[in-house]
Amino acid sequence: MSKAAEIDIASVSKIYGKTIAVDAISLKIPAGSYCCLLGPSGCGKTSTLRMIAGHETVSIGDIVLGKEVVTDLPPAKRGTAMMFQSYALFPHLDLIDNVAFSLKMSGVDKDTRRARALNMLKLMQMEAYASRKPAQLSGGQQQRVALARALITDPEALLLDEPLSALDPFLKIRMRAELKKLQKQLGITFVHVTHSQEEAMALADIVVVMSDGRIEQAASPREVFERPATAFVARFMGDHNVIGGKVTGSSDGLVTFELVGGGTFSASGQIKAAGSDVDAAIRTDHVRIGESPVKGLGFTGIISNIEYRGATVKLTIEGAGIAEFTAIITDKAYYATPVAVGDAVPLHWDPEDAIILGTLNS
Amino acid sequence: MNNFLSRATPYIQATSLLLILGFFLAIPILLLLVVSFWDYDFVGMYPGFLTFNYAETLGSWVTWKTYGNTLKFAALVWAITAFIGFWVAYFLAFHVRSATTQMILFLVCTVPFLTSNIIRMISWIPVLGRNGLINSGLVGAGIVDQPVEWLLYSDFAVVLAMVHLYTLFMVTPIFNTMMRIDKSLVEAARDAGARDWQVIWNVILPLAKPGVAIGSIFVVTLVMADFSTVQVMSGGQSASVALMMRNQMSLLQYPAAAANAIVLLALVLFMVAGILRIVDIRKEL
Repeated sequence: MSKAAEIDIASVSKIYGKTIAVDAISLKIPAGSYCCLLGPSGCGKTSTLRMIAGHETVSIGDIVLGKEVVTDLPPAKRGTAMMFQSYALFPHLDLIDNVAFSLKMSGVDKDTRRARALNMLKLMQMEAYASRKPAQLSGGQQQRVALARALITDPEALLLDEPLSALDPFLKIRMRAELKKLQKQLGITFVHVTHSQEEAMALADIVVVMSDGRIEQAASPREVFERPATAFVARFMGDHNVIGGKVTGSSDGLVTFELVGGGTFSASGQIKAAGSDVDAAIRTDHVRIGESPVKGLGFTGIISNIEYRGATVKLTIEGAGIAEFTAIITDKAYYATPVAVGDAVPLHWDPEDAIILGTLNS
Repeated sequence: MNNFLSRATPYIQATSLLLILGFFLAIPILLLLVVSFWDYDFVGMYPGFLTFNYAETLGSWVTWKTYGNTLKFAALVWAITAFIGFWVAYFLAFHVRSATTQMILFLVCTVPFLTSNIIRMISWIPVLGRNGLINSGLVGAGIVDQPVEWLLYSDFAVVLAMVHLYTLFMVTPIFNTMMRIDKSLVEAARDAGARDWQVIWNVILPLAKPGVAIGSIFVVTLVMADFSTVQVMSGGQSASVALMMRNQMSLLQYPAAAANAIVLLALVLFMVAGILRIVDIRKEL
């Protein structure tokens, strides 16, 4: 069953005229893994996917699928199948003919291809709709048909371009679970483009965070979440406060830095030269109210906003040279010592919750 | 009173269109129908109810031959304009990348239409004539000894001029439909391993059908009603139904021409109905 292919992207660039959409990225996606390309719009994630699929030419670099260099092969010769953003089902064909399309193109006779297409629709639990046209289906059903059409070619890798963006929030979560289940069941490599952190965290074995045509970080969801590599990743993933200042000293893997016109903080990370610029990330949900026992792991600020979120309460705090600092505390902790907008509160966190962030060029 | 006014409003709003359609479409056709049953001689028309005009029209082998000839023109012109129209539209819609170039090239297609039909038709004469451009070129190059006679004043010339006049009516609706085809469908087809001709045959052609149908309606109705092109380009050697009607009118045989017109109208409506039966154009409207 397992005919999954490793995808190796070797310093691939995509240049449109004078704009660089993808800037010399290198990435290895292990065989049979679920990889999410994550980033804001215009970050180059879709261009990257389309280059893997062969719908976009590679300007510089090579793409290797399994053991074969596929850089110059047409889409259908690569062993990949693509699922398009709006599914791109053929509106004039019924579901069977939609799913059987690639078989028809390769000259499989009518009875065989219709039988195989029906089997594929059965796998997606869509056989009851076989003679319908795509326009008569709901979004979730269309997605299943698009999956069936992509999988009938028996691909080594399935490439999904924002597959869930056309669905309503409830359906999104359901189809997400289906995608994950399908990937486990088939064991092939999935590459999934999305701009939703939540989607990437829920699905991926590897999250590849991209920005401005470059890879900011490629790691497991847990690592990307807990140890964001750059300030961009920390901000984009949310759940971290990013503060920047100048290094004043370092010792024992603890870097001390000072904010312009603000407090002094320390965070764990590699030793840096004094005077250099540095960014640090602090987990919003690990911040607690109370005086810090250690200097540099807390500050006192004024609450500028309080948002009730049910299980948690989100506090926005200003102070120590930080314009907006977010602390998410449990409802229990909040109601034990209630605070109000305008109050000055002391905050603190543990040493391992503050980490020094790297930059791309270093 | 107010209640009456609010109920009458939609009818009042519809009145203007009703009047226009009534005066310029329904009443003329009704008059045509009435006149087609009248009697006539070389001095005037006499109200009555005779089926003689129809009997004469449908009973004459000349009529049948003329209808046959007109249908032949319609079929040839339709086939050629559909072929050219499809490929021009396909090129514009799928091979021209930028929207600006697309619009410029499309406008270039319409440039000949800045002059009148007659001028465009007549300008073929110096090209195709006995001593025209093509013939003098061919004779001068020694390819033929005698000028080619069938270039002008022939069915060939009629079809050529009609194709020239009517191709744009085919290009425009097909281009319009093709522009609405989602480009990701073409990519999806390529992803499924379709070659260029398979993409055209399996995806673009079926989805462009409504455009082809609308273009076909334009071209067929225009060719079926054409008399000037046939007269000028055939040099009077070929006939069409509309030309036959014109001759009848110049002989003051209005009721006969009316009967002929009603028969032609019925035939064209029948053809349009046929096209609409094959292709569902509702999606386009």
